Amino acid sequence: MAELTPKERMAIPRHKMPEQDPNERIKNFLEVNLGYDEETARREAERCLQCKKPACIAGCPVSVKIPDFIKMIAEGKYKEAAAILKEDNALPAVCGRVCPQEEQCEKVCILAKKGQPVAIGYLERWAADWERQTIGLQIAETKPKTGRKVAIVGGGPAGLSCAGDLIQMGHDVTVFEALHEIGGVLIYGIPEFRLPKEIVRAEVEGLKKLGVNFITNYIIGLTETVDELLQRFDAVFLGVGAGLPYFLGVPGEHLNGVYSSNEFLTRVNLMRAYEFPNADTPIFNIKGKTVVVFGGGNTAMDAVRTSLRLDAKRAIICYRRTEAEMPARIEEVHHAKEEGVEFMLLYAPLELRGDEIGNLREMVVQKMQLGEPDASGRRRPIPIPNAIETIPVDVVVVAIGNGSNPIISSTTPDLKVNKWGNILVDENTMKTNKKGVFAGGDIVTGGATVILAMGAGRKAAAAIDEYLKNPDVW
Amino acid sequence: MNKIVEARFLAPEVKLFRIEAPKIAEKRKAGQFIILRVHEKGERIPITIADSNPADGTITIIVQGVGKTTRLLNTLNAGDFILDVVGPLGKPSHIEHFGTAVSIGGGVGTAIAYPTAKALKDAGNYVISIIGGRSKDYVILENEMKQIADEVYPTTDDGSYGFHGFVTDKLQQLIDEGRKIDFVLAIGPIPMMEAVAKVTKPHNIKTVVSLNPIMVDGTGMCGGCRVVVDGKAVFACVDGPEFDAHAVDFEILKQRNRVYRNEEEISLRDLECNYDKMFNEELKKQKEQ
Repeated sequence: MAELTPKERMAIPRHKMPEQDPNERIKNFLEVNLGYDEETARREAERCLQCKKPACIAGCPVSVKIPDFIKMIAEGKYKEAAAILKEDNALPAVCGRVCPQEEQCEKVCILAKKGQPVAIGYLERWAADWERQTIGLQIAETKPKTGRKVAIVGGGPAGLSCAGDLIQMGHDVTVFEALHEIGGVLIYGIPEFRLPKEIVRAEVEGLKKLGVNFITNYIIGLTETVDELLQRFDAVFLGVGAGLPYFLGVPGEHLNGVYSSNEFLTRVNLMRAYEFPNADTPIFNIKGKTVVVFGGGNTAMDAVRTSLRLDAKRAIICYRRTEAEMPARIEEVHHAKEEGVEFMLLYAPLELRGDEIGNLREMVVQKMQLGEPDASGRRRPIPIPNAIETIPVDVVVVAIGNGSNPIISSTTPDLKVNKWGNILVDENTMKTNKKGVFAGGDIVTGGATVILAMGAGRKAAAAIDEYLKNPDVW
Repeated sequence: MNKIVEARFLAPEVKLFRIEAPKIAEKRKAGQFIILRVHEKGERIPITIADSNPADGTITIIVQGVGKTTRLLNTLNAGDFILDVVGPLGKPSHIEHFGTAVSIGGGVGTAIAYPTAKALKDAGNYVISIIGGRSKDYVILENEMKQIADEVYPTTDDGSYGFHGFVTDKLQQLIDEGRKIDFVLAIGPIPMMEAVAKVTKPHNIKTVVSLNPIMVDGTGMCGGCRVVVDGKAVFACVDGPEFDAHAVDFEILKQRNRVYRNEEEISLRDLECNYDKMFNEELKKQKEQ
């Protein structure tokens, strides 16, 4: 086939992601996005203009060589495409699914200015899936062993990305995870219908094959302290996540039926409560009930869509600002709407009320309006006088973010944290004030995204590699 | 996976397990707990560590079979494996020299009170132990308590052994006799802990209880174990499990522990009907591995 001209490439419209029908998918936990077929992937890949100075790479927190892997797809060299992805990204099948590409690589794609950026995320997903399903995960070459040992604390996105880079650099890597399964938020938080667990497990398996050692059921701070780790490892990376849910702070939050999004999603995802009683962990019986989720982020969308799949009669997002201020990805909001999620915008919670046995029965909410912009630049919601409503509700899920978990900081007294408990690091090297200890991800930034945590993990891996060469410099 | 090296019943439905867990044995302090999971589809449940032996790398837990997971656990024997064991979790008991300390254990709560009573004794306290049980068979760890406590009073609800009455009756008797009590530790069923708090409050006796709310991760991540203490929501897993008995809202604790009552019944029926089919095979496999 003759090389396409830029004009011809630009004439190809962006390919839609095939999806499960909304009416069907709310009855199952299977993935909503079905993925491109080979023909569609190649055709989409041909849209890439192969810019001389690609903005997309700079737009990616882990600097994936985007034009290169897309070129390989266009040429039918899928194995090479997957290999290029994995040079920079330890979890391409995960990132192809959960990254907010529209805020990152695709936002700066030259075609975005003309309307429709190259579907970089869908192509990343396709190449990673193709490799896993067609030829099996390939093991990248690793550098000769250095004999240096690094402990990674936390098996979530930050830790896995850091581990993936360090093992390829030839270091000896051990990941310590508090839960019984590796993956952090990818396993306990993000639902099956957005990120099948099988994919996380396969990518973790890939890291195992590279030689990463994983230890589950091991809580650094409690089972072994950071100081003790430093005696048997040359460096330590702390990627423990935020992991301490915020509640609304309104009366009635102790009622039965009120969950943090962490608990709600952990019960369903990690513990498989949707299979109860075939799995032992229960969840409040939601069938035919009204579920209200407070929050406007991706986690809120995950929780509200999960409740639909648990057969809720009504699933409602309650958010104190408007849709424009919602931090959730556009695709998630769109999927939620398609599935029948209702949106109560400009409402803030005042009180939760229960019955005589302590089960949640109704919520009292305050209607808001947008006022002047606040410190975040978003218009501040202010109450409309006397606009208070009482609404019947059976289950409330609070998805308004996480504070920092105290286990590491309280057991590592000389580690510097800010007033919110976030670990303080040098932004370029992710070095903490404690020699040999690096940190990254939500425990540093507060709740953010999978890919930002992975970016921090990569940055730390590069700095750890440097440090291991010159351990006297800190 | 963690190997069970010793397993024996102490009372009906109450079983002691000594489990290989060297790191936990080395770290654990009185008052801390573990979370365990018995099988691949099992739930995570918290259980307080009754004792540990860093020399042979084992911890001891004492389990009362009440729900599906604890009953399933109690079918295991020496040589079997527990799928997941993680810990030590929670804050250790606050131990200091109070003077005279009364340790009250109701039922399997005695197993939880035991290590703290031991630590209180080691800190120089005069320790009085009250061990409550429904009847003689349910009084556990009397000999162990006798080794460490200065006075030991078994009590039974039906009078079949020791003092006839509730643990609170015995406590009240000690107070009425004019014994100077500086500290009370009460661990057992929620109504018992609540009753002890009511007895000690008018006398201003510092009283600590160990709470057992429903947990998932045990590290502060899910917030499911939140309890109201001093009017404020706190997490039993990272802020507790021990709290000032006079500040705990027991009504909310009882209400939250009832949340899955229906599901617990379904699970138990399921276990009774399908035990062989569901678990014998799986647990055998675990053993073979």
